[in-house]
Amino acid sequence: MNIAVCVKQTPDTETRVKLTDDQKAVNESDINFILNPYDEFAVEEALKLRETNGGEVTIISLGPDRVKSAIRSALAMGADKAIHLVADKNPSDPNAVAGALAEELKTGNYDLILLGKQAIDDDHAQLPSLLGEKLGLPAVTVVVKLDINGDQVTAEREIDGAHEIVTCNLPAVIGAQRGLNEPRYASLKGIMKAKKIPIEEKPAALAADQLEIESFNYPPEKSAGKIVGDSADAVPELLRLLHEEAKVI
Amino acid sequence: MKILIYAEHREGALRKITFENITLAKQLGVPFEVAVIGSEVGNLQEELGKYGAEKVVFYQNADLATYSPDAYAAVLAEAVKKQGADVLLMGATSTGKDLGPRAASLLNAAMATDCTKVELDGDDLKITRPMYAGKVLANIRLSSAVKVVTVRPNVYSAAEAPATAAVDTESVDAPGFKAMVKEIVSGAQGKLDVTEADIIVSGGRGMKGPENWHLIEGLAELLGAATGASRAAVDAGWRPHDEQVGQTGKTVSPSLYVAVGISGAIQHLAGMSSSKYIVAINKDPDAPIFKLADYGIVADLFDVVPRMIEELKA
Ligand SMILES: Cc1cc2nc3c(=O)[nH]c(=O)nc-3n(C[C@H](O)[C@H](O)[C@H](O)COP(=O)(O)OP(=O)(O)OC[C@H]3O[C@@H](n4cnc5c(N)ncnc54)[C@H](O)[C@@H]3O)c2cc1C
Ligand SMILES: Nc1ncnc2c1ncn2[C@@H]1O[C@H](COP(=O)(O)O)[C@@H](O)[C@H]1O
Repeated sequence: MNIAVCVKQTPDTETRVKLTDDQKAVNESDINFILNPYDEFAVEEALKLRETNGGEVTIISLGPDRVKSAIRSALAMGADKAIHLVADKNPSDPNAVAGALAEELKTGNYDLILLGKQAIDDDHAQLPSLLGEKLGLPAVTVVVKLDINGDQVTAEREIDGAHEIVTCNLPAVIGAQRGLNEPRYASLKGIMKAKKIPIEEKPAALAADQLEIESFNYPPEKSAGKIVGDSADAVPELLRLLHEEAKVI
Repeated sequence: MKILIYAEHREGALRKITFENITLAKQLGVPFEVAVIGSEVGNLQEELGKYGAEKVVFYQNADLATYSPDAYAAVLAEAVKKQGADVLLMGATSTGKDLGPRAASLLNAAMATDCTKVELDGDDLKITRPMYAGKVLANIRLSSAVKVVTVRPNVYSAAEAPATAAVDTESVDAPGFKAMVKEIVSGAQGKLDVTEADIIVSGGRGMKGPENWHLIEGLAELLGAATGASRAAVDAGWRPHDEQVGQTGKTVSPSLYVAVGISGAIQHLAGMSSSKYIVAINKDPDAPIFKLADYGIVADLFDVVPRMIEELKA
């Protein structure tokens, strides 16, 4: 099975996001970048499928030079090859990213394209569906269970308050959600091996962004509220406040 | 400008976000129409009219009884063209997020996901959407001719504004069905999802184990709330993943969020800090959740929650 996994490099979840002084961008100077957590599930699933079906796993990431370290993390887990679509910055428009990834994916003859369900920086959650449309393939998003039998795909996806069982054929695009698997840790051997795998560089064929970020704000500061009490005896007062002051119950 | 609102429905019932989006469109004062896609509509137009929809177009094909993102996207993109809309408004629900990008791609449209504010600026839209799970808010513009916007549930509350909805029914081709839903497996029966709930009661590691969750559920039931959980509770296997609130779980904006035995790690706060009111029950006065909480009780949750249940029953 010929599998591509699209991965994004994102700030780690501990990051306190700081803005530049003009609030036009995120200040990246103190950020520790990682492989997007959801993409770890996508990589893991690809490796498991390769273990049962044979084949090859190719990692593809679009972004500036720093994304190579996320690519290395995915290689260290056990992927075979990697392509870096070089861009001078992360495009703000997911549609532009999808276009460039689709151009690359078209040339690879992949049976399966795996992604994370969402990148935890921009939170677009658009790429799996966008790629499906651009490649003319079925896409199943937010997948927590994946069964592949020949070219028949049965995927279980999380929806609001329930799960859906979706069927389609390969080739297909799958967006991985937590629960799909337990990502492996990279072994020392894996890390050493990954260092030797060449990362193929290509310029990203990016269309102009049609989603533009004009500025950022911090969310309105919440001031610490009131400690109503230090025992269960505070409960009646709490309920009164919720009812009369906050008017939420 | 003209807006097309995608009417999201499941098992014959419209989802609340559809009414919220109608209210938003009315608030913007922009002409709008509603598109329903499916095989049978029933009387959905009556309910849509209740919130102020004056024009509903029902795109019908027997095959559309089954949800398929590619088939629905093709019909939806046609609907946008046919009705001459330049903004497609949907819910930032699991369906909106699945379907929206496919429709956007077909329409050559830029799309903004999970927006929390949509305003009119002359003939353009000014949009706010949280990024980094709400750690920052981005002010964005879409410069494409057609724009797709999904709005976070619960941000605009649906207001009744009775109107009579004129209905057109159009039989459409439904090509595609590359991926299709075979079955919907409901979790706990009729469970309210945290993203749609107006009140959420969430439990964390302080709950000690799943055997104590009757406290969270009991309190939630009395408040008409959905139940949520911290990642610690989910990782321990006490709660299903779809209840997880936070940066790698769900982002929620209820009117009231009750955090029980949750410390308030940055990843958890990211997912719930835009709640209108936050209550924290934690025995550690230094727990970071208190920095964000509007009201807190510093005490043992096993005393406080039963007492809340008792008082609410009284
Ligand atoms: C990549 C990554 C992603 C993550 N994503 C998320 C996410 O999406 N959501 C999320 O929630 N976390 C997430 N986390 C985990 C996060 O860092 C915290 O570990 C987690 O939120 C802690 O959960 P908790 O508050 O339930 O547990 P703890 O931090 O252990 O807190 C338990 C609290 O309960 C209190 N307590 C204990 N007993 C009692 C009692 N009897 N009465 C009253 N109070 C009591 C304690 O004082 C304590 O404050 C993520 C972490 C990583 C690394
Ligand atoms: N720049 C990128 N390069 C490669 N893959 C990406 C990129 N951006 C997003 N993805 C993939 O698309 C998924 C969803 O991202 P998004 O739609 O941006 O939330 C991510 O989890 C990645 O798997």
